[in-house]
Amino acid sequence: MKHMLMRFALTLAGVLLTGSAFANSELELQSFRPEYSNIASMQRGARDYMAYCSGCHSMKYLRFSRIAADLQIPEDELKANLMFTTDKVGEPIKSALPAASEQWFGRVPPDLSLVARSRGPSWIYTYLQSFYLDETRPLGVNNTVLPGAAMPNVLWELQGWQKKVAHDAAAGGEGAKAEHHGTAFESVSQGSLSPEEYKQFVADVTNFMDYAGEPGKRDRISTGIKVIIYLVLLLVLTYFLKKEFWRDIH
Amino acid sequence: MSNESVDGTRRRFLTAATSAVGAVGAAAVVWPFLASLKPSAKAQALGAPVIADISKIEPGMRSTYLWRGQPMWVIRRTPEMLEGMKKITGDLLDPESKAPQQPAYAQNETRAQKPEYMVMKGVCTHLGCSPTFRPDTPAPEIAPDWQGGFFCPCHGSKFDLAGRVYKGVPAPLNMVVPPHRYESDAIVVIGEDPKAA
Amino acid sequence: MAIVPNPYKTTGALGWIDDRFPLTKMWRDHLSAYYAPKNFNFWYFFGSLALLVLVNQLLTGIFLTMNYKPGADLAFDSVEYIMRDVAWGNIIRYMHSTGASAFFIVVYLHMFRGLIYGSHRKPRELIWIFGSLIFLVLMAEAFCGYVLPWGNMSYWGASVIINLFGTVPFIGPDLVTWIQGDFVPGDATLNRLFSLHVIALPFVLVGLVFAHILALHEVGSNNPDGIEIKKNKDPETGIPKDGIPFHPYYTVKDLVGVAGFLILFSAVIFFMPDGGGYFLEQPNFTPASQVSTPEHITPAWYFGTYYAMLRATPSFAGTQIWGVIVMFGAVVILFFLPWLDRSPVKSIRYKGPIFKTAVGIFAVTFLLLNYYGLQKPSEFVTLVSRVGTIIYFAFFLGMPFYSKFEKTKPVPERVTE
Repeated sequence: MKHMLMRFALTLAGVLLTGSAFANSELELQSFRPEYSNIASMQRGARDYMAYCSGCHSMKYLRFSRIAADLQIPEDELKANLMFTTDKVGEPIKSALPAASEQWFGRVPPDLSLVARSRGPSWIYTYLQSFYLDETRPLGVNNTVLPGAAMPNVLWELQGWQKKVAHDAAAGGEGAKAEHHGTAFESVSQGSLSPEEYKQFVADVTNFMDYAGEPGKRDRISTGIKVIIYLVLLLVLTYFLKKEFWRDIH
Repeated sequence: MSNESVDGTRRRFLTAATSAVGAVGAAAVVWPFLASLKPSAKAQALGAPVIADISKIEPGMRSTYLWRGQPMWVIRRTPEMLEGMKKITGDLLDPESKAPQQPAYAQNETRAQKPEYMVMKGVCTHLGCSPTFRPDTPAPEIAPDWQGGFFCPCHGSKFDLAGRVYKGVPAPLNMVVPPHRYESDAIVVIGEDPKAA
Repeated sequence: MAIVPNPYKTTGALGWIDDRFPLTKMWRDHLSAYYAPKNFNFWYFFGSLALLVLVNQLLTGIFLTMNYKPGADLAFDSVEYIMRDVAWGNIIRYMHSTGASAFFIVVYLHMFRGLIYGSHRKPRELIWIFGSLIFLVLMAEAFCGYVLPWGNMSYWGASVIINLFGTVPFIGPDLVTWIQGDFVPGDATLNRLFSLHVIALPFVLVGLVFAHILALHEVGSNNPDGIEIKKNKDPETGIPKDGIPFHPYYTVKDLVGVAGFLILFSAVIFFMPDGGGYFLEQPNFTPASQVSTPEHITPAWYFGTYYAMLRATPSFAGTQIWGVIVMFGAVVILFFLPWLDRSPVKSIRYKGPIFKTAVGIFAVTFLLLNYYGLQKPSEFVTLVSRVGTIIYFAFFLGMPFYSKFEKTKPVPERVTE
């Protein structure tokens, strides 16, 4: 009976641990584990998001007051550095775009409150590094992660321009080059940030967007640790209680 | 079943310890559920201080703003009105505003930071109706020596132009002066105390 | 006083109540003097755990309903409102969403326990039937709840499941429109599923759980040996020799199970509430869209086995209804288990190798079907699903034969340790 039980448990665990059924298997993403407690990174990410992204992309579920409280930003700094569209701290992040934006890009830029949950942090991290020059596109750029993306590469001044090169050609190439699994890019022009700085920039923005996907994450995890410690204590107590009572049973 | 080997002390101790730890856990589970009933971040955002532009209020007139779902009045009192208020102090229940119905900075003769502008919560202290603004004088149907004020249609309570309650009416207290702060001469923020100097 | 004194001779406040209401009687009948076999093992935790999860779902559900707004334009926003603006809202929501998955894990294990130890056999057929009804209602309840966040997976999941009714001959398309109250799943659909999820189905579920436990306490619990402990009573006291009072012995034992379960449950709630994309699916963090189906649409993981059967069944004679029949048949067949099992013994411990092998193959098949029901369709997935479906039905339909004729081991008089 015991081994049957074990086998059952193992099989079940195997099925449960096989990973996400919904991962995009066609495209290899650069794995990114969000640092949910790296407040400095998330602060930089919030600043950069507001500077580069919020012009077009709202985060309609995230209030400025919540950002200030969670990322430990004083209110005057919040108002000076992050709040461009409103002066009410209780308001969420709205985009500055007029209603006509649909004609500019072919679609309304989506709200990004939940993109870290619907696409995942690795997707964002890879996406922001995967713009490349493509003359066939109306805006001259394309993205390997989201082919046919309507979005221009707003970060080109930081990253510089890159072009896609055939996979095998990447092996012997020279110069600044970012090796992505399955896709390789070759730098065409240097941006204001070095490749390492740009990677950090993208990591900061991704950390912030992961935060935006669930602002309560950090509190949740710290509460969870306390809960588990408590429950282990309860398990020990109930175990000895059971043992004590069951001494009656022969 | 036999009871020979039962260690009563150990059993009682373990039962008590488990019960106590379990009770703590149960209380800790109850807490999030009760806390979830507090005003949410949305309610708090909607209850944020309101910014009132008082420069457009005509003398003798009133403007109404909404803060935390309740009417907030700003009345621009004329010199005649302020003069009239002094004549009726004898008819009032608490003319010196001793009851804590206003912040300390509004506990004065006119119940205001600036005598010209009266900022008050437009809710009767009796049962929560919103009194009617009656700046017209004379109004013998309200009071023989009416100098302007507020008359509550629900139960007939009377207040002067500083929201001070008359004697002999159902309302027991002066009307409330909310926290408010002058951002400039024209802008008053209702719901926030003046910043400490 | 016309009141007949209660037979328990209780006094004071308790006596006052007992004269008017069977409080002490209930306590005795169901706890302190309910004699359960003393040889319950690990598998016997899942009944009380299912009850715990039910309470969790009811409690968290009540608080979620306080902030959730049904309605196609409101639902998604209100869920995010709960997740962000309501204090502790994210934890309460995760307790509920994880609870749904935990419910199925616990119930599947509970049912498997019944299957291997013969808890469905005479005189416990009704307990098993009530249990199967609970399972059926639970599936409906879970489906309704899955739709409520009105994410893109909710929307298309609702669409696919409701369209199953479209396979009914002649009236199918009209039936779908009628169920939806619209031409596609819409505001009306969401509102009626909300009504079912928070009022009708919980009501039925609690009633069935009550009947399930009442029936159990009428005939007494089975045990891993499949021995009727009531056949061997102490002649003086009338208490079964192998029975022990449920309280305190099984209440303290179940507490251990509860604490252990809560550790796993909390670990998911606090550290991986998405359950790796199985408990909360990624596409459901995008609002429902009538124009874009998620790349890979699956039902919630706990329907995987039955969904695999649906997909595995080919259409025939111009209709897809066969898949629906097979899928519902797979649940309905559970109701007949008490009469399909003809073995002279109840517990797997005393059954022969054929039955043991059959149960083993069935368990593996069930898990494989569940896994492949959630994978993208391919020829291999279809093949595995078809073979699995045949094995699933063969296990039940062949049971009257292989269980009846197989040699069994002798069953002892008294329960074993």
